[in-house]
Amino acid sequence: MDNHLLSLVLFTPLAGLLVLLFIPSSQKSLIKIWANLAAFAGFLISLPLVSRFDKSIAGSQFVERANWIPSLGAQYLIGIDGISLLLIMLTTLVGCIAILSSWNAIQDRLKEYYCMFLLLQVGMLGVFMSMDFFLFYVFWELVLVPMYFIIAVWGGPRKLYAAMKFFLYTLAGSVLMLLGILTLYFQYAGQFGHYTFEISELMKLNLPLGLQEWVFWAFFLGFAIKVPMFPFHTWLPDAHVEAPTAGSVILASVLLKMGTYGFIRFSLPLLPKASMDQTIVQVLAVLSIIGIIYGALVSLMQKDWKKLIAYSSVSHLGFCTLGIFAMNPNGIAGSVLQQVNHGISTGMLFLIIGVVYERRHTREISEFGGLAHVMPKYAVVFAFAMLSSAGLPLLNGFVGEFTILQGAFEANRIWAAFAVVGVVFGAAYLLWLYQRTMLGQITNGKNLHLPDLSLREIVVFLPLIAWAIWIGVYPKPYFDILEKPVQQIVERVRPGYYQGGAQASSRPAVLPQGGGQ
Amino acid sequence: MNSFYTSTDHFVLVPALMLALFGCAILLFDFVVFPDPKHRKFLVFFLILGEAFAAYGLWKQQVNLAAGGSLEAFHGSLVMDGFSIFFNWIFIAATLMVAIVSYKYLEIEGEHHGEYYSLMMFAQCGMFFLAAGTDLVTLFIGLELMALSFYVMVGFLRTSKRSNEAAMKYLLLGAFSSGFLAYGFSVMYGISGSTRLSDVATAIAARGPFDPLVLLALATTSVGLLFKVSAVPFHMWAPDAYEGAPTTVTAYLSVASTAASIAFLLRIFLGPFASARDAWEPILSFVAVATMTVGNLAAINQSNIKRLLAYSSISHAGYMLLGLIAGNATGIKGVAVYVMVYTFMNLGAFLVLVALRRKGIVGEDIDDIAGLMHKSPGYALLMLIFLLSLAGIPPTAGFLGKYYIFLSLIETHHYTLAVIGTLYVAVAIYYYFRIVRSMFTRELTEPAPLSTSFGLRVALAVSGILTLGIGLYPEPFLRLAGTTLAH
Repeated sequence: MDNHLLSLVLFTPLAGLLVLLFIPSSQKSLIKIWANLAAFAGFLISLPLVSRFDKSIAGSQFVERANWIPSLGAQYLIGIDGISLLLIMLTTLVGCIAILSSWNAIQDRLKEYYCMFLLLQVGMLGVFMSMDFFLFYVFWELVLVPMYFIIAVWGGPRKLYAAMKFFLYTLAGSVLMLLGILTLYFQYAGQFGHYTFEISELMKLNLPLGLQEWVFWAFFLGFAIKVPMFPFHTWLPDAHVEAPTAGSVILASVLLKMGTYGFIRFSLPLLPKASMDQTIVQVLAVLSIIGIIYGALVSLMQKDWKKLIAYSSVSHLGFCTLGIFAMNPNGIAGSVLQQVNHGISTGMLFLIIGVVYERRHTREISEFGGLAHVMPKYAVVFAFAMLSSAGLPLLNGFVGEFTILQGAFEANRIWAAFAVVGVVFGAAYLLWLYQRTMLGQITNGKNLHLPDLSLREIVVFLPLIAWAIWIGVYPKPYFDILEKPVQQIVERVRPGYYQGGAQASSRPAVLPQGGGQ
Repeated sequence: MNSFYTSTDHFVLVPALMLALFGCAILLFDFVVFPDPKHRKFLVFFLILGEAFAAYGLWKQQVNLAAGGSLEAFHGSLVMDGFSIFFNWIFIAATLMVAIVSYKYLEIEGEHHGEYYSLMMFAQCGMFFLAAGTDLVTLFIGLELMALSFYVMVGFLRTSKRSNEAAMKYLLLGAFSSGFLAYGFSVMYGISGSTRLSDVATAIAARGPFDPLVLLALATTSVGLLFKVSAVPFHMWAPDAYEGAPTTVTAYLSVASTAASIAFLLRIFLGPFASARDAWEPILSFVAVATMTVGNLAAINQSNIKRLLAYSSISHAGYMLLGLIAGNATGIKGVAVYVMVYTFMNLGAFLVLVALRRKGIVGEDIDDIAGLMHKSPGYALLMLIFLLSLAGIPPTAGFLGKYYIFLSLIETHHYTLAVIGTLYVAVAIYYYFRIVRSMFTRELTEPAPLSTSFGLRVALAVSGILTLGIGLYPEPFLRLAGTTLAH
């Protein structure tokens, strides 16, 4: 099975889904157990990817290639490099956790719910594995439908509005991206005489800057809406607030990363001239910085716990895109790592909201206060999540943000200065949130007898906390994995970067030394 | 070429002959053998038999043409090439699928008569000539044969006011547009002195695209053709005819009639008017954008699903026109692929509506489909697939149609049209998902079970499998559509 490991990872959730279809809807426990098993199996099967991954290779690994639609030049071509590996591991782990967290939260139409989740899992994994643009697009769109249903069927009061908004926004972006893809495809046929969607082939294209810029903006719309970058972020708070807990977790942890991944995987290597164009870089960096600061400021003002975290995502993803458009190894490696970090910490924060929402059925921050007295374990977990998100040294968020800031500083000091302001605000809204909900005296009588975390809930949080500490204390393996692929991208966008220049460094990042020692 | 009826003539004509023959036979059998209405469903077997003979004839032709080239018959007024064969396969598939769902539906409506099946076969016979004709007179007769059969079928529910009104409206407007078309044809004849498309093409090419007579012929012919594909501003009949007609007829009208009209349109615009592209391209671009705009925007507020799908059909016609505007090989292949996938997905969507029609329940409103997921999850899922495909979301078949259209627009540098076309995908998803929302998120309002029949299940399964199957593994279907380019 070694040659088909990646396909196995990709299709395990689908196999789980197909079996699930045959379990009668009345067998509620069986459905839950099976869905959890399928997701957990998906995670276990993805583990060998890590152990067999060879970080000394720059190109793709575990490559599988099969003819699919020869008359279009589309292939079933999948493979991963270090960047995809991290995001795939994030997907399988968080998917597994999100499904486990739904055990009590979802009470009706269980079968459909778990089917949708497993389908979503297939779509996301496919996006991170595809090395063929057509295949990529199919998976990219495949994600929309299950996510729509997760929000629209199991969501909150304004679920229909939020689900439709999510669908329309992202669809509008992705169909325009399709035009960009088709332009590349057509230009390739013009230059090389045959049609193909293979990414590594399309990279051989030599396009004039003007055309690259058009395609870049087409891609930009697709990816920026998904990330979401300011000013395309308005769908995100609605989707997050209305989605069920597990939906929010997957949305924040994995789905948004499809956008940033798209920038790194497609925009930069396929359109190197446009990506280095000063106007484009400036516009994207400024939008990222606006996102960082605006997201943080809006978070400060929120009365709804979940909305606060939703806006904090806008801010954190601003860091990720800023890192990408710093266009240096630190920025890009930091961005990928920060994407994983955001997946871990924001995933945890949404799970934490889910825990309290299941008990109280409200998310108004003013309803809470002093919860640490009745739910001590919960308070500890929340503290971990909050500090990891705020970027406390020794936890994962710090490593990512630090590396991104380093990259941004190298590219443009003013960007870094603004981004640091965002870090400060980020600490502010998170700490204030913690203080208002967890500390002080219990002001609301309804909170006096809330049960603390159950064993299942602790199991949900443990892997994420462990991962957060691991990245925070010893991030070297992650940077090692990212080194080669990032180097390849930087080399592609800025040829000669590693040879000349005083800042050239073979290491992608100066590791934050405070960590390990 | 001197003989009156050669063996080639016969060979080419066999499918049409079979359709006409069995159509007449059904009329007779209905009268003589099955006077009892309860037995009328057996007439479907005769239709299937007739289609089988027609398909056999078509298959023989396809084998004969496997090496390429074309078969000309009747002194070049009919031609069998990859193009006509491809479209005829679509007609056969559409007719069969509609016929096998009709018996139950017509019984519920209380209007189960044998003529229905004959009319379907006669209409299909007209479509045969539309796809294969290369002579103005042949084409016109084919068009009228198809249209007349449809006028009767749309008004088939004699006691229903809606159905009568729809038929009347369709008949009056249709006759009017046929007049324009006949006028245009007469001008073409006047220019060239021949009814053969190739002669007309030569004459028009000699006169240049902006010759007043050419423009006159172009304008009047376009009116007739655009009416048939329900392009704006000649679309007014479509929503009323679609809503009033029996649902099975609506399904048939929306796929088979549109497919035949598109074939006709391609024959005319890429034949006689090919050299006048400079004159018609701006007009058609405008019409295509207007068609997509009106179709998509008007669909948003419809509460009747048949009407909603009528407007969506209008917008699909706009997309097909875009392929013609691009006009290169990809564009034409794109139209062929689009017509093929549209046949299955649109038919599928209407078939679900057919199942919603029960004794005493009209079942056409968005409210009527509420909570379908709770009652019949299979039907709800199929409907979801059809709607996703209509919107063009991969991995369903509809995406491939749109893919080719957009690619051809990019290849021919029609970027603005491409952007408009893609943005309307997002609009379309909004109204298609109004139906989805009703099925999946609302509570069940009508507990009565769906009216299914063996035929309906078969037809739904076929359209569902093809809609998903063409999307997942399109290779053989794309090859088939590629054969149209022999033309």
